[in-house]
Amino acid sequence: MTVLCSLHQYLADSVALYPSRIAVVEAGRGAISYAQLGTLSDRLRDRLVAVGVRPGDRVGMYLRKSIDAVATIYGILKAGAAYVPVDPDAPLSRNAYIMHNCAVKAVVMEKRFEDRLATEFFALGELPPLLLLDGAGGGGPLATVLDEADAKLPAAKTKNVEPRADDLAYILYTSGSTGKPKGVMLSHENAVSFVDWCSEVFEPQADDRFSSHAPLHFDLSILDVHVALKHGACLVLIPEERGKDPLHMAKLIAEEKISIWYSAPSILSLMAQFGDLGGHDCSALRLVLFAGEVFPVKHLRTLCSQLPKPRYFNLYGPTETNVCTYYELVPPVPEARTAPYPIGKVCEHLRGKAVDEHNAVVKPGEEGELCITGRGVMQGYWSLPERTAESFLVDEDGTRWYRTGDIVVLESAGGDYIYRGRRDRMVKRRGYRVELGEIEAGLYQHPLVKEVAVVAQPDPDAGVRITAFLSSKGAGKASLIELKRFCAERMPLYMIPDRFTWLDGLPKTSTDKTDYQQLKGLA
Amino acid sequence: MDMSMDFGTAVKNYILEEFLPGENPDDLTEDLPLISGGILDSIATLRMVLHFEEQYGIVLEAHEADKEHLDTIRSIASLLASKVR
Repeated sequence: MTVLCSLHQYLADSVALYPSRIAVVEAGRGAISYAQLGTLSDRLRDRLVAVGVRPGDRVGMYLRKSIDAVATIYGILKAGAAYVPVDPDAPLSRNAYIMHNCAVKAVVMEKRFEDRLATEFFALGELPPLLLLDGAGGGGPLATVLDEADAKLPAAKTKNVEPRADDLAYILYTSGSTGKPKGVMLSHENAVSFVDWCSEVFEPQADDRFSSHAPLHFDLSILDVHVALKHGACLVLIPEERGKDPLHMAKLIAEEKISIWYSAPSILSLMAQFGDLGGHDCSALRLVLFAGEVFPVKHLRTLCSQLPKPRYFNLYGPTETNVCTYYELVPPVPEARTAPYPIGKVCEHLRGKAVDEHNAVVKPGEEGELCITGRGVMQGYWSLPERTAESFLVDEDGTRWYRTGDIVVLESAGGDYIYRGRRDRMVKRRGYRVELGEIEAGLYQHPLVKEVAVVAQPDPDAGVRITAFLSSKGAGKASLIELKRFCAERMPLYMIPDRFTWLDGLPKTSTDKTDYQQLKGLA
Repeated sequence: MDMSMDFGTAVKNYILEEFLPGENPDDLTEDLPLISGGILDSIATLRMVLHFEEQYGIVLEAHEADKEHLDTIRSIASLLASKVR
């Protein structure tokens, strides 16, 4: 079976319709038209095929967010492979693990990472072919490396591969409770059904200007990149470091005339508090979408009062389904409201139900775990069949429901779902999934650490506060600075605990397990 | 007078008070990587920038508020010194 459309067919359609329109803007580094983006990604497709990439393969992306990176996504898809983006700021050992774990056939990467990646791979196995860019920005470095390769041996012209519905489009790695990240496998049908749903609900137009705030290894980027380019709109890339500066973001919304904004709530909270939104002309903004964690109502109220015109949508969904429920909230946010807004109704291309511990559907008003089925639900976790099987609830008729692990309540029959919390030890921090067990596994590697337990607690300003409790093997204790630096070498920065507390020993329950409830009282 | 020395002390004291309570001041050296070393996360960095902008009545450009300019006490101090005239 072939899908009616694929992500790269959507780009090709826009190239045919709007060749001279600007597809992607990268502040300070230039812009690229649809025709140019089409050509650049075609050339990368041909080069990838020349180095041995075949339909069904995976290709790694180790690049900062840039025009080069967007062209790379489409070059990989056109070759029939799945793209595997990693966080260029994450520890190299983690990124090398990801590349090795899903056996990438090639990596498109910035030269600055080459030496250390090669070192990391030395222990893992053979290094795949690398396409080495001299930096990334504006599309020039990718064009240059393709020119240089063609000068040596021109790549044969190939055609775009038409994927089948269940062929993988991308693999996104998320925090894994065992200490290793796990790869969420998403197919073209998964991606296209989500992109098409966005088309229905948000009605993007060719004159829209989308923000690209989320990094490319984060599932929010699927909406930014692929919905924008399907509709011939303009994608405005926001570099990650600048994306954390609220004043700069308000200025960018005004100057770039952003019409569709999508991000985790944290930067919107900061913009509401420090962004001077009233001092900027944000009149082009027609949609504000947020997802990834609960938006503190206090800051949402401020945001809506400063920007009353746009429509606001609270989107919810794990990487495994992308957005699976949505709720439109209509400003203003009442002064008396303190409860977060609902996560809303299940998206039209999916179905949902909330079940109890016996997998029976719960009544409205009762708590249950949200389960989702439909065209948007992932194929599984890369090379983890048991973990995949555990994450699905299979009905008698064979329907596979993804267990989100999120506890929800349905307000009333046909009403909205309300988010209550997690079933397990995962928390969301700045939109990222953090498995507390992965932090513990990292800290256990410290030579002085005998025991470690990590707890998370709600924080009115930051959303969540993470505390690590440690006990020492001897008399020595590592300093706060040392512990933070130790973590920085082993995990992404958003996982590093806010606080570290040394105890003589960790409190235990009667069954001799770590007493997390008692630790929460100490945090 | 070497102005950046004073800024260095101010930055060090601020980081110790706000983000490293109880830490031995001697461990917080001038060249310790703060952002890449996981000492300051993005929110902490932002709070620090806002604090010094207010204290010294300066404005950092967006391109200055990045890891390159803010990763060590030494680089923060010299950035502040270049802004305060």
